[in-house]
Amino acid sequence: MHRRLIGTAALALALTATQALAELKVGAIVELSGPGAAAGTNFRDGVKMGFEEINAAGGVLGEPITIVEYDSQTDPQVSRALVQKAIDEGVFAIAGTVFSSSTVVNMLVAKQAGIPQFTGSEAPSITGMGNPYIFRTAFGSQKGVPKLAAYLADEMGVKKVAIVWANTEFGKGGHSAFMAQAEKHGFEIVADIPTEQAQADFSADVLKAKNSGADAVFVYLTEEESARFLREAQKQSIGLPLVGETTLIGNKVIELAGDAANGAMGHVGLTPEANVPAMTDMVARFKAKYNYTPDHNAIKGFTAAWTIKCVTELVGKPDSEAIAQKMHGLTLTAAACPGVLLDVTWDDTGEMSRESFFVEVRDGKQTIKAILPPN
Amino acid sequence: MAEFIQIILSGLAAGSIYALAAVGFTLLWQASQTINFAQGEFVMLPAFFVLVGMTVLGLGLWPSVALALVLSLLVLGVMFKKLVVEPMLPHGTLPLVIATIALGLLLKESVKEFYGATAQPFPPIFPQEVYQVAGASIAAQDIGNLAVSMLAIGGLQLFLTRTRTGRCMQATAQNPAVAEILGVNVKRMVMYTFLINAALATVASVLISPIYLAKFSNGETLGLVAFIAAIVGGFNQIRGALVGGLLIGVIDNISAVYISAQYRSAMPLLLLIAIILFRPQGLLGTSEGRSV
Repeated sequence: MHRRLIGTAALALALTATQALAELKVGAIVELSGPGAAAGTNFRDGVKMGFEEINAAGGVLGEPITIVEYDSQTDPQVSRALVQKAIDEGVFAIAGTVFSSSTVVNMLVAKQAGIPQFTGSEAPSITGMGNPYIFRTAFGSQKGVPKLAAYLADEMGVKKVAIVWANTEFGKGGHSAFMAQAEKHGFEIVADIPTEQAQADFSADVLKAKNSGADAVFVYLTEEESARFLREAQKQSIGLPLVGETTLIGNKVIELAGDAANGAMGHVGLTPEANVPAMTDMVARFKAKYNYTPDHNAIKGFTAAWTIKCVTELVGKPDSEAIAQKMHGLTLTAAACPGVLLDVTWDDTGEMSRESFFVEVRDGKQTIKAILPPN
Repeated sequence: MAEFIQIILSGLAAGSIYALAAVGFTLLWQASQTINFAQGEFVMLPAFFVLVGMTVLGLGLWPSVALALVLSLLVLGVMFKKLVVEPMLPHGTLPLVIATIALGLLLKESVKEFYGATAQPFPPIFPQEVYQVAGASIAAQDIGNLAVSMLAIGGLQLFLTRTRTGRCMQATAQNPAVAEILGVNVKRMVMYTFLINAALATVASVLISPIYLAKFSNGETLGLVAFIAAIVGGFNQIRGALVGGLLIGVIDNISAVYISAQYRSAMPLLLLIAIILFRPQGLLGTSEGRSV
């Protein structure tokens, strides 16, 4: 009798455990509409492809991942509500959001619930607020901009710079990071031009930058704004090097700006054009699946999925608290966790570090001018 | 000086497109006392008709523009009048205004659902040449946009004042009851107004989309700017809408370059407040008395 009871109890426990693991949920809260739609759609598709491949290869800890997906509409308050909704549905980790203005708001909800969040945002403030649950999938601008500024000073001999930046949380981060570097490298800022979110007409901004006497223009706008800026710059024959971060020379920008993107230069943490076999393969699979060329946001989403898988398996259980703790100081190598594509390290603030690239757009394609070491 | 020339020209080029949309506000107001808050979406939608023609049907640019014009006349002209304005008008202006707001949301969300939320590249209709004039870089696209907009509005003005149909439309706008007694087919004249508005929206869409990119949310900005332009210029005058559009375009550029890029979007609103306070009929508008 005792033996039967113990057997039944053990079976019930095993079934309960299986049931719990079978419901592994990850939240994807991304910008699928509004000004961030270009970035968010890429990020979402990257996350989806990552988890579909992970599930096809046996899932995480042997269980499939279910993605709980929401459109933040690029609205910080909506994104905050959706992060809460995803947490209420039982996710153990969150991927997104991409727009910094949203992430600074919604990450407080994930922090309160103790859920690790893998963001595509790049504003320095995100990892500067002491939130132990936030982790980047790409450099913050305070990491990327110093590499770019050093290249401008050392390789291009730039002395005078005009800055065009989005007057948002994302843009302010890039602006202050560049201003700090300008002081370090002795750049003279000859024009400082803030722009509105989703601005459509850049004729005045281009004109101001063009007539500022700058040696180069640092452009820190979102993808769609960058494309409009590049078109206007071509229309006004700006005649100055246009340099920026990933948002100036990403594939979506090249598609939208057409010929006007040629000549634009920038620093990218991740690029489909990098001569890294794992990345080249990922890009080919992505193109075959979604019928468009992924940009860095898609790669961020893809690596977010694989980071969640690898760190969860290192921990040995889908324990949000343990995953967040494990992430601090963690290094994932591409050999051990192929989906991260390049060796990567997170510090105790959730900031990441790895190799990156300086690229120029030529004939509608990113071409790599230099590989920049981790900083 | 070169900088100033360029600011003015860029402002006029953008402002002329705002004027096309603003004229739509004044036309519909005069013909049917309709304030169309979906006007921005009316300018957004034809660009997607063009893209459907090019990408789905495999047509060239100009056949796609022709297709977009036909579809716009049908959807934004005939269907808008028959399905939204006519059923709502007997209930008064406010329900109709709310109906146009709802229509704007429907158009926006439909494009997002069926075509996508991201911006789409739109082929330019003018050559991408840039000319140097007195040190200023003048783009053929700006000249083309300005010329086409002026031609469209000038042609409309001539049509309304120099043709029999145009005068009948004006008579209908001024007093439909008397116009009907005089033998004017009022219903047909009102329909013409809606069709002209749809055609102007198509022209504005094709001109502005290469610069703004085609995106479902473009109507939000355009609709607001065109509405301000119509009020500033005078809601009951086509030439008022033209002046309002051009003025907003130029003021936007001048304030961004010479005053503050951060407060550029506040300038048209300040102008709007000043106009409402000191000249509520608009710069070129005429006062209208109404019994309530």
